[in-house]
Amino acid sequence: MAELDRTPASDLWKQLRRFTPARIGLGRVGASLPTQPLLAFDLAHAQARDAVHAPFDAQSLARELRSSGFAEPVIVSSRARDRMEYLLRPDLGRTLDEASRSRLRDLAESAQPCDLAIVVADGLSAMAPARHAVPLLREFLALQTAQPSMRDLSKNVTVIVAKQARVALGDEIGEVLGAPVVIVLIGERPGLSSPDSLGLYLTWAPRIGRTDAERNCISNIRPEGLPYADAARRLLYLLAEAHRLRLSGVALKDLSEDASRSLP
Amino acid sequence: MPYSATAAGRTRSFADLKTLLARASPARSGDALAGIAAENEEERAFARMALAEVSLARFLEEPLIPYERDEITRLILDTHNGAAFALIASLSVGEFREWLLDPRTDTATLTRAAPGITPEMAAAVSKLMRNQDLILAAQKCRVVTRFRNTLGLPGTLSVRLQPNHPTDDVRGIAASMLEGLLYGCGDAVIGVNPASDSLQAVVRLLEMMNAFRERCEIPTQTCVLAHVTSTLRAIERGAPVDLVFQSIGGTEATNRSFGVSLSLLEEARSAALALHRGTVGDNVMYFETGQGSALSADAHDGVDQQTCEARAYAVARHFQPLLVNTVVGFIGPEYLFDGKQILRAGLEDHFCGKLLGLPMGCDVCYTNHAEADQNDMDSLLLLLGVAGVNFIMGVPGADDVMLNYQSTSFHDALAVRQALGLRRAPEFEAWLERMGLADQHGTLIGKGAEQNLLPGAGEWLS
Repeated sequence: MAELDRTPASDLWKQLRRFTPARIGLGRVGASLPTQPLLAFDLAHAQARDAVHAPFDAQSLARELRSSGFAEPVIVSSRARDRMEYLLRPDLGRTLDEASRSRLRDLAESAQPCDLAIVVADGLSAMAPARHAVPLLREFLALQTAQPSMRDLSKNVTVIVAKQARVALGDEIGEVLGAPVVIVLIGERPGLSSPDSLGLYLTWAPRIGRTDAERNCISNIRPEGLPYADAARRLLYLLAEAHRLRLSGVALKDLSEDASRSLP
Repeated sequence: MPYSATAAGRTRSFADLKTLLARASPARSGDALAGIAAENEEERAFARMALAEVSLARFLEEPLIPYERDEITRLILDTHNGAAFALIASLSVGEFREWLLDPRTDTATLTRAAPGITPEMAAAVSKLMRNQDLILAAQKCRVVTRFRNTLGLPGTLSVRLQPNHPTDDVRGIAASMLEGLLYGCGDAVIGVNPASDSLQAVVRLLEMMNAFRERCEIPTQTCVLAHVTSTLRAIERGAPVDLVFQSIGGTEATNRSFGVSLSLLEEARSAALALHRGTVGDNVMYFETGQGSALSADAHDGVDQQTCEARAYAVARHFQPLLVNTVVGFIGPEYLFDGKQILRAGLEDHFCGKLLGLPMGCDVCYTNHAEADQNDMDSLLLLLGVAGVNFIMGVPGADDVMLNYQSTSFHDALAVRQALGLRRAPEFEAWLERMGLADQHGTLIGKGAEQNLLPGAGEWLS
């Protein structure tokens, strides 16, 4: 019976699994998965699905950000009214709803000029910013405080928490605030083994209509992927370079990758 | 020119051919996002009725995207084979459907007609066909291609072994390759998507996979799915390039967004041909496509996503590829919302590609933000197996840990073979037997067989 065809996870496969997170050495029963890896897959898929549909607690994230030393965050929403509309209409996720837009406009008129806009957004996984945005930004703040030149570049930071947001929502936010640069921290498309990957996008001179080629991206930020400290170092580097070159995107990309390798 | 249909005392009109095609297309989220879908089911039904009356010849007279500003339109019209078209020239789209399903229209007839069929004709007729029709008609098409083995023979199904790794770790990739081969996968190609597009990384992977293949004497081809410009540079550096890979779309502007053109693809094909690495044939191109890419690049020109996809096959056809893979569910729910839409699209793409004479494979896949799951993939995989798909993907445990989506697994390939009695490419199956990995019926030996491959593969696994 089944045992005839079953290839158990031998020592060889245990050894080979050290080289890759891929699902190798699962064994088989005839053509099929044994029950244990079948159920493990189901669980991973369930977690990834839940990550897509998990509600985004913007209020508590805003509280956490405030207690981490940032100014009172502004909570905004895109024009996508619910998760279904968000998934089907990426264009709506890239546009602020009216109330949010006028709130930001008021802020831009009353406050000091914004040096840096940081947008913390749900994207495709609300779990990602909920878990990783604050630890990442704490590392970033600590690094920045240690470097006077960087401190001067980002004196007035405006933090935004954005609901039902796509990356390009940062362009409109940055434009309304008149920020020279916007950083969007956003939940990436959940993978089966990574339901809570955080992505970071930096865009110089944000304005509506910027293309993805004009951004720099740091992806897979989470303890099992790119650790907070490494991501924060790369972010600081990108930010300094964006200010120096007065641009972001493809022209900045290669430089940053070379330089980040030589960072401590 | 306007088109219209009348039924139950009511008439609906459609401004032009591309509007008619878009309105007639089975419902999918991408066309709704583009604002070109039928406004309701009745309009869709009327559009299908009007489309059924359109003569196939009309598609040669009314290009969907103007000849002057799209090189794919020019390719389609300039290379159209009038003699082949004569077989079907008198038919309307509705009659064409019946012709395809008529038992007298056999494999040889379909092969003869293929150069006379344009992508728009294929897309149009598919819109009138049920899933069952798409399967029955595709089943009759046969497209055989060769490089180091023979793909697409009747009764066979091949597998692209896809050993991706999040950081291109050579040992990790070798480990996935080893297991895939033990599962009898890899006859279509051993093809890795590199995480880094840097030339150095691409060359390193090309060399490793080629050496692995040579050490184990595997009658198959290897490929690093890098941008065509990277592959060209790798060839200049003397790297062992079997196949040139490229993602392509169905409009010139889509291809521009991918950084390619017909002349660049021609240049790459010539460079690969000049290496003379194929042993049983010289099909050196590997293309990937997928509905929604044109809209995603804002380059669809008002043409529905399924028709844009079929136009990509005109590009592929021009370069006599070894493999064409529609990566059907990768793009996300804003283009194909759920399992039902993904399944339909997979069958459409396979049918249209085969009808045009392409060696169609399908990456039966989904992302976690689409309304789909493994059960939907099981259905599509089995239906494509019945339809005669040339190849599918083999990903360890169905989980691509680099691209973050779910495809078909080594197990899935075994399952569809078992259910439908499908064999591998003959040269590859002979190799499996020679290596003691399978018996003469292609059944895997299983336990202990890894010892037969380790002498060759061990070098990369220590």
